[in-house]
Amino acid sequence: MVTSALIAGFAAGLFAALLHFAFVQKYILLGEDYETGALVHFNGVAAPAEDHAHDHTTAQAPATADPATPPPTEAAPVAEDGHAHSHDAAEGDDTFSRNALTSLFFGLAYVGYGLVLVAGYGLAEAFGKRVTLREGLLWGIAGFAAFQLAPAMGLEPELPGTMAADLTARQIWWIGTAICTTAGLGLLGYGRGVVAMIGAAVLLAIPHVIGAPELESYSGVAPPELAATFAARSLGVGLMVWSSLGAMAGWLWSRPQ
Amino acid sequence: MTTQTQVSSKATALMSVLFVALLGTATVFLTGFAHSQTLHDAAHDVRHASGFPCH
Repeated sequence: MVTSALIAGFAAGLFAALLHFAFVQKYILLGEDYETGALVHFNGVAAPAEDHAHDHTTAQAPATADPATPPPTEAAPVAEDGHAHSHDAAEGDDTFSRNALTSLFFGLAYVGYGLVLVAGYGLAEAFGKRVTLREGLLWGIAGFAAFQLAPAMGLEPELPGTMAADLTARQIWWIGTAICTTAGLGLLGYGRGVVAMIGAAVLLAIPHVIGAPELESYSGVAPPELAATFAARSLGVGLMVWSSLGAMAGWLWSRPQ
Repeated sequence: MTTQTQVSSKATALMSVLFVALLGTATVFLTGFAHSQTLHDAAHDVRHASGFPCH
């Protein structure tokens, strides 16, 4: 039981890290630039990671920045040569250890999720339901819904530089939502009869009827476009990783020991 | 005798399910929720990208 969870979890963690660095990480770094004030929203500083599409839409371009040529603008912050080099070396080390830790913790997170998932397979088997690759895929999608999608309905994946309510209150709502959604989806998938279906619907709805802790006003410093892209991408990556985790764990689980 | 064996094997299965579930929950908790500053800093990007409440 533990072996299939460990193998599937680490593989899913690696996949998660790969997708994260391909699609998500640059938005976290950009968000932090706004959080620390290195970039200022509405101040005419074009984000360095923006692609060329923006250069053509000069109507949108800030009037204060020199609109002539985009490459010098990108080169401008690294103007002082000597400084830039030593800074880059130190930053390179930091980036390496930061990304190594990120990969490690993706591994840990998905090993944890893998263990929970496989415990679910064991529970299903104790009640005579066999989980294979195909069911595993569905379990993975359900896991995504319970641990990422449903909590994100109230607490969107947070980009650094955006604001959120009290941490402990959010954590409690998150955990409650994950538990209710897991129980609700379990009932929906394996329950029989009208009462089970009603129970499932109630369990799925409760967290959202109660509602997540909210802010009284909005004062995030990162642009909403950035936060939206980040949230959408992290959910997309979550779905891909969870489905592969579920399918892989299901396949390993169903293999003769 | 057979029923007894069946019952005890089911109980063992449920015990191991519980153990594995707790192990997994603890791992997820450490990654996503623990308030320790060191853990928070190390898992920072993962917490943000996986939708765990952070900060």
